[in-house]
Amino acid sequence: MEKSSSNNQTTKTYPIKGMHCASCVRVIERALSVVPGVSKCNVNLATEKATVVFDQNKVTNDTIANAVKNVGYEAIVDQKIEEKDELQQEKLKELKALRNKVIIGLSLGILILWGSFPGLMHTAPMILQNFWVQMLLATPVQFWVGWEFYRATINSLRHRTANMDTLVTIGTTVAYLYSVVVTIFPALISGITNNPMPYFDTSTIIIGLILLGRYFEAKAKAGTSEAIKKLIGLQAKTARVIRNGEEVDIPIDQVKIGDVIRVRPGEKIPVDGIILEGESSIDESMITGESLPVDKIKGDTVVGATMNKTGSFTYKATKIGEDSMLAQIIKLVEDAQGSKAPIQRLADLVSSYFVPIVLMLAFVTFAIWFDFGPTPAFLFALLNTVAVLIIACPCAMGLATPTAIMVGTGIGAENGILIKDAESLEIAGKIKSVVFDKTGTLTNGKPEVTDVIPGAGFTKNDILRIAASIEIKSEHSLAEAIVSKAKLEKIKLVDLEKFQAIPGHGVSGLISKNKILFGNGKLMDKEGIVFSKQKGDIENLENEGKTVMLLAQSKQLIGLVAVADTLKESAKNGVDKLKKMGIETIMFTGDNTRTANAIAKRAGVDKVLAEVLPGDKESEIRKIQAIGKKVAMVGDGINDAPALAAADVGIAMGTGTDVAIEAADITLINKNLESVANAIELSKKTMRTIKMNLIWAFGYNIILIPIAMGVLYPFFRILLNPIFASVAMASSSVSVVTNSLLLKRFKI
Amino acid sequence: MDLQKLLVTIFSFGGIAFTYWFFLMKKEKEVEASDSINITVNGGYNPEVISIPFGKTTILNFTRTDPTECLNEIVLGDFNIRRELPLGKKIAIKLDPKKKGEFGYSCGMNMYHGKIVVK
Repeated sequence: MEKSSSNNQTTKTYPIKGMHCASCVRVIERALSVVPGVSKCNVNLATEKATVVFDQNKVTNDTIANAVKNVGYEAIVDQKIEEKDELQQEKLKELKALRNKVIIGLSLGILILWGSFPGLMHTAPMILQNFWVQMLLATPVQFWVGWEFYRATINSLRHRTANMDTLVTIGTTVAYLYSVVVTIFPALISGITNNPMPYFDTSTIIIGLILLGRYFEAKAKAGTSEAIKKLIGLQAKTARVIRNGEEVDIPIDQVKIGDVIRVRPGEKIPVDGIILEGESSIDESMITGESLPVDKIKGDTVVGATMNKTGSFTYKATKIGEDSMLAQIIKLVEDAQGSKAPIQRLADLVSSYFVPIVLMLAFVTFAIWFDFGPTPAFLFALLNTVAVLIIACPCAMGLATPTAIMVGTGIGAENGILIKDAESLEIAGKIKSVVFDKTGTLTNGKPEVTDVIPGAGFTKNDILRIAASIEIKSEHSLAEAIVSKAKLEKIKLVDLEKFQAIPGHGVSGLISKNKILFGNGKLMDKEGIVFSKQKGDIENLENEGKTVMLLAQSKQLIGLVAVADTLKESAKNGVDKLKKMGIETIMFTGDNTRTANAIAKRAGVDKVLAEVLPGDKESEIRKIQAIGKKVAMVGDGINDAPALAAADVGIAMGTGTDVAIEAADITLINKNLESVANAIELSKKTMRTIKMNLIWAFGYNIILIPIAMGVLYPFFRILLNPIFASVAMASSSVSVVTNSLLLKRFKI
Repeated sequence: MDLQKLLVTIFSFGGIAFTYWFFLMKKEKEVEASDSINITVNGGYNPEVISIPFGKTTILNFTRTDPTECLNEIVLGDFNIRRELPLGKKIAIKLDPKKKGEFGYSCGMNMYHGKIVVK
């Protein structure tokens, strides 16, 4: 566990194996403190962990592991992978054991059922109809196959708690013990009924079916957390690091910040970093959900676990281990899957009282049937009590919400939508207004040349050449846009002399002894340059929200260059999608009204709030909330933090950085504005699944428990056979989990 | 009402009263944790009610000794934590409470419960 890092100093905690006394603490501390680069270490016997502060340029995980090993202990340096593997193995083993018990339990149960079920028993061999043989077959099912029910019940009762196992244990034990008495001491029962029959089939089949339900449930539940497993599986195992001029393959946990790594075509990028040399097309779909590969050149950032497609390049590692984007995404998804949705509160409340209430209902059932039921009253009372105990299924209520949340947040993560917690997922579906910040969210946040209008005798390239040749010396924010455009058009620049910046007006200089002026209308007026003919063009461009610059050469206006912040490719579709869902779209910007309206028109947003100061965004959001609407704010996650926090759901167009993730409820690492609507849609789908699950889980118990108690008997002579109760009970949890898994069909 | 029926009725009322008292009226002792605390997971959580200091990191070490499927996950929903508890393995969960109050925790299926009191 890495806690912090500054000046190459980092703090990591390593689990230590083999510690048993206080002297072990001292031995390990001494061994670690003499390692060059380790500045501090602290070993805790209670937690069996060593916390080490060290210089990560000098010390690796292996150095620590070796130092600990030399004194006879073991430091777990790659605990996550080891734990996950062990966990996986353990689960497979448990699942296999459960399957075997199900097979044995059901096989023996079916044989007993064949020999005892009216209408079927006459086809069975005589030996199976013998009560003693049935008892022989039922006993291992009751106490070996069904042992886990007993164990759980005994452990729970020690804590004065009860769960589903308690109900199954009591239900099946009652049926089993009654059958034993019928078999061994039939005379005792003869007073109750003329022809006493055992119910070994009931006890065994119930155990077999409930375990079968658990088996399917365990298999299905594994599918709900698949997203995390997939994300963990994305991690590269090795990195090709250039050290001392040589390329060496090293395990990923030995990569240090600052290492230069080579990546060849078709290889996975091991850790996060910045390209130093070379260029390539990189498939980032596994992280961002964006299917098109992204072209990257020198200076661009690359993300660990993404796939290099075409080129070969070297890059410098900037983030490793738990700081990497993949690790942060995994942590975020894990956190979200551990959180509770507000909708779960009722289920939580009910399930905490559920089992004791069912036990009380079982007493009520027995008493009512015994006192008022038809003959043989004892048998009716017994079977209906068993049915009540068996039909109750608190697990379905417990599973209804978390399984759907796990699948929903997993789908989001696979598509570049990181949801902070279940509450955010729940509220997102109720959003009625979406507020977009303009710069950097709806737009690219970087001005670009949109129009070049040459005067008579000049081409567009001439204008760009002259403008860029003068602007290359300028530090104005718009200058970069013009120089980049010239570079993009591969225009060769010319020499410029006597460059001068005229603040608030523009720039001037000499090209081939001709005086060049480049700037706004004020500059032209000041220099006495006439541009009345171009006023119509200028006005039109400004109405489109563009900034127009005028270019003059030797006192003559020779062209216009318009620059504007461009709309993101996904902006229009993103806004349209929201509008189709009946959600109001609003844009906040600090720009003047004319520019704001122009951008808003192109994006298609319903409302614009121009000239909003950064500090006012929060209060504007509260105004919308005050009229009873749930508001989502979409911003860049850094500058908009207060507004994101004020909104019901803050959506950051982030890159997986700490700041963006912490400030936002939802982070769109794919930077695709269509994902705003997708996140809301995902929330709605997940909530629909949760509601269906809860209706099913509650409805199931509310309807079937009274039926098992026999409320339909006075009117329709309908009773619930305990075996059918076990079928219903086993399938209820499975159906809830399966319904959650159906969410996976939702395509973003 | 004959004697048998009377006895069964009394027995059932007694059973209901016992169930209510046994499961719903239990009082759990609050155990104070300073830096860390070990919690055994066996048919429930022992200790079940833990008080931890506000504004300080406390480590809860869960060790599951009960193979019951229900208990193989621990959920601390208020802290956004859902963690698997492999049998016999100590799992350390770090809590850094940001507000005071009582926060429930439970198994993955919400059958077994415990409480964390942040003071």
